[in-house]
Amino acid sequence: MNLSEHDISLQKLFDTNRAFIEKDAAAGVNLARVKAAEAFAVQGIPSSKVEAYKYTNLQPWFKSGFEQAYGLNGYSADDLKTFECNVHEMESHTIFTVNGKFVEGSSGHALPEGVVAGSFLELSQKYPEIIEKYYGRQAKVETDGFIALNTMFAMDGLFIYVPKNKVVEKPIQIVNVLTGPSDLMVNQRNLIVVEENAQVRVLFCDHTLSMSRFLVNTVTEGFVAESGMLDFYNLQNQHNGTVQVGGYYFDQEAKSQLNANYFTLHTGITRNNIFSRLGGEHAENHISGLYVIDKNQHVDNFSFIEHAVPDCESNELFKGVMDDASTGAFTGRILVAPDAQRTNAYQSNNNLLLTDSAKMNSRPQLEIYADDVKCSHGATVGQLDENAMFYLRARGISKEEANILLMYAFAYEVIEKIKVPSLKEQIRQLVEKRFRGELDKCDSCVVCGQLGTNLIKAN
Amino acid sequence: MASEQDKLLEEVTNREYQYGFHSDIEMDALPKGLNEDVVREISRRKNEPEFMLEFRLAAYRNWLKMESPEWAHLKIAPIDFQDMIYYAAPKKKPQLDSLDDVDPELRATFDKLGIPLDEQKILSGVAVDAIIDSVSVKTTFRETLAEKGVIFCSISEAIREYPDLVKKYLGSVVPPGDNFFAALNSAVFSDGSFVFIPKGVRCPMELSSYFRINALNTGQFERTLIVAEDDSYVSYLEGCTAPMRDENQLHAAVVEIVTLDRAEVKYSTVQNWYPGDKNGKGGIYNFVTKRGMCKGDYSKISWTQVETGSAITWKYPSCVLMGDNTVGEFYSVALTNNYQQADTGTKMIHLGKNTRSLIVSKGISAGKSQNSYRGLVKVSKRADNARNFSQCDSLLLGDKCGAHTFPYLEINNSSAKVEHEATTSKIGEDQIFYCNQRGIDTEDAVGLIVNGYVKEVINQLPMEFAVEAQKLLQISLEGSVG
Repeated sequence: MNLSEHDISLQKLFDTNRAFIEKDAAAGVNLARVKAAEAFAVQGIPSSKVEAYKYTNLQPWFKSGFEQAYGLNGYSADDLKTFECNVHEMESHTIFTVNGKFVEGSSGHALPEGVVAGSFLELSQKYPEIIEKYYGRQAKVETDGFIALNTMFAMDGLFIYVPKNKVVEKPIQIVNVLTGPSDLMVNQRNLIVVEENAQVRVLFCDHTLSMSRFLVNTVTEGFVAESGMLDFYNLQNQHNGTVQVGGYYFDQEAKSQLNANYFTLHTGITRNNIFSRLGGEHAENHISGLYVIDKNQHVDNFSFIEHAVPDCESNELFKGVMDDASTGAFTGRILVAPDAQRTNAYQSNNNLLLTDSAKMNSRPQLEIYADDVKCSHGATVGQLDENAMFYLRARGISKEEANILLMYAFAYEVIEKIKVPSLKEQIRQLVEKRFRGELDKCDSCVVCGQLGTNLIKAN
Repeated sequence: MASEQDKLLEEVTNREYQYGFHSDIEMDALPKGLNEDVVREISRRKNEPEFMLEFRLAAYRNWLKMESPEWAHLKIAPIDFQDMIYYAAPKKKPQLDSLDDVDPELRATFDKLGIPLDEQKILSGVAVDAIIDSVSVKTTFRETLAEKGVIFCSISEAIREYPDLVKKYLGSVVPPGDNFFAALNSAVFSDGSFVFIPKGVRCPMELSSYFRINALNTGQFERTLIVAEDDSYVSYLEGCTAPMRDENQLHAAVVEIVTLDRAEVKYSTVQNWYPGDKNGKGGIYNFVTKRGMCKGDYSKISWTQVETGSAITWKYPSCVLMGDNTVGEFYSVALTNNYQQADTGTKMIHLGKNTRSLIVSKGISAGKSQNSYRGLVKVSKRADNARNFSQCDSLLLGDKCGAHTFPYLEINNSSAKVEHEATTSKIGEDQIFYCNQRGIDTEDAVGLIVNGYVKEVINQLPMEFAVEAQKLLQISLEGSVG
């Protein structure tokens, strides 16, 4: 493939700043950069001609105008006090990152002994054996230009390690904040390792605090060892000038369980790459997502579930509501490897289009090489049920209210999957507010919200 | 010095022009390879009008710029397009004296399919008495059709006899530069069928490419054009259930259908080309572009296909629902066994208002084969109240085969209702056990269950075809169980 101009300028950026990027990083992380740079030279930023990126062309965003985010821009934990994102009545270990960089001293409650949650930069040096074992294992640089780009530039992010038999009762909440006076590109890297029989719940909240445009390319790798459990939540609430490529790469061993939920309530352009490998027998995974978008927003959820061994189960549910001129896309591929017998894999994607300018592209795909399997997928695009609407109207409920009620009922199937009651309530409220057209921010937040409505039209 | 020069001149002038073609002696076939001269020569030999030559050349020039598609879930050995003969006069098959000389395996298949003796003779190339029934049947057919004003002839004949119709519709649905194989077909197609149903006529019989004179040697680049004028109806059958052996490895056919206001065309295919041997050696590449355009309001196009043959099938019969209130349907059974590969499905493009489409696809994989459904449902911005329902089921027989589903839904209108569902399963042991208990052996039981599974599609076929197709499925699955 011929690299485009912006690919070459990204390569130059890497070469010029390489010494700085590598300065404090762990050896294993720096070693991976070599392979990543080679892989990027082959792939570049994928265009919409690449089948996986058919419905989302991200190339124009990489043209120019984004500074690489290297530091905190002078932010400290104190500055974030105005930004309260706590979920009501949810006690959590809260960690802040600003522009992909871990903020010192932001951790809330004490974690159980042996459990580590903190700066990727710092902890990757402290635990070289974990980096050696896991780093880049599931997010393979040769498979996607964005993984390669992230692996080249990655400096900081989150590092969570839960040792054998440890159960972290309170969720770990990570608030990712994007802010700064100029347009920024952020390459954040997260690593979550859940050892045998351990359990952890992780909530990632993505927010923007300033009017600048942001180009975010995060890669999160999650490993769940035998009988381990990882609950993963992602709540995205960013302004319209944000372009986020979120790569989530999970690997599960026998009898492990993964629940991953993605809520996109506000964004500019979001592309989620959700890959999950069921690598041990009797592993189970439940992945769900809800996207509620309007204006010119665009959300593309791309998921790939690999059933590598027999006797695993996967469930996938993605639902979307598209208003105004927003566009949604969904790709869900289920791969059942040869001999992965007795696989159960279910997938469903349902969408509501509210206007004629809104668009939805859906690709549910099955690739099956074993015969004793139960696999199904379904996809629908449509409107609210007329009969249900009539029923509500006949009972004196106004059209607007009935609309909201039905949309909310549509979305609730996804919200229901949240296992933390207080978080479920919080997201339920946010979604309802979103449907009512109110500012989709938390009650206690005074900063974030619908900034920069027209920013997305830039370029 | 001068004499030497003269000698050279004489030599040069007497030498035949080595870069051209012999026009004085008609050869049976053109030499291998493809270039502009070959395209011109094909057109010349067929006495085609100027516009056809332009059509072919435009297609050829497009083709040069294109690349063989690689997006399908298929493993295709590279094809050398210069190592093929693009035009050959109808080949004479070796004439056999009686059915006794025919390959016994082939005869056994004929018997299982219940093909009449005379047909068997024609199919296997036995010299047939000139006054057998089928020949006179053909003549009767032609008379009845002519009475109604229906035109049913070979496309070469149509190009000469009805150039205006051909000029108007040929390439209007599948343009010469549509895709790699369609472009190739447009450049070099040798023959095919042309059907024209005039206004208000309901074609009194099922038209079958098999009954058309000369249909047996249409060659590897077949071109079919069906035009149904206002308020007309026709049901067209392509192919036949009998195993077709052919030395051409690549088959790149194009089928175009145009329906005007309130017209309906039903197109049924049974494809049983040579699938290669049990080890995956040989077999036909069946790369077909089929597309129908529901041009007029309230018109309908329905595709039904039973695909059991070919080593590789690459085929997506599609409907462009252009008029308001138009309907597109696609019913498909694709069966792959041994090392066969199939990547087939449909495209439903909703452009008009209140358009509806239905997709029922049943895939069956056995042996070491790979079977994929690939389909697109696209609802454009102005296509209000579009409705689609797709059902794609896969049945796996054996643990070495693959069944895949790749649907694409692209929806740009909020009033659209689009539903897609797919399931993958195998035949339950309890089902087999139930049959065994009642004295039905496992192989028959599988045939029985498979036939039940595909019934929804088979029911769409004309009666005689349906009966043969059922038997065909059973035969194709032979040896895949136990």
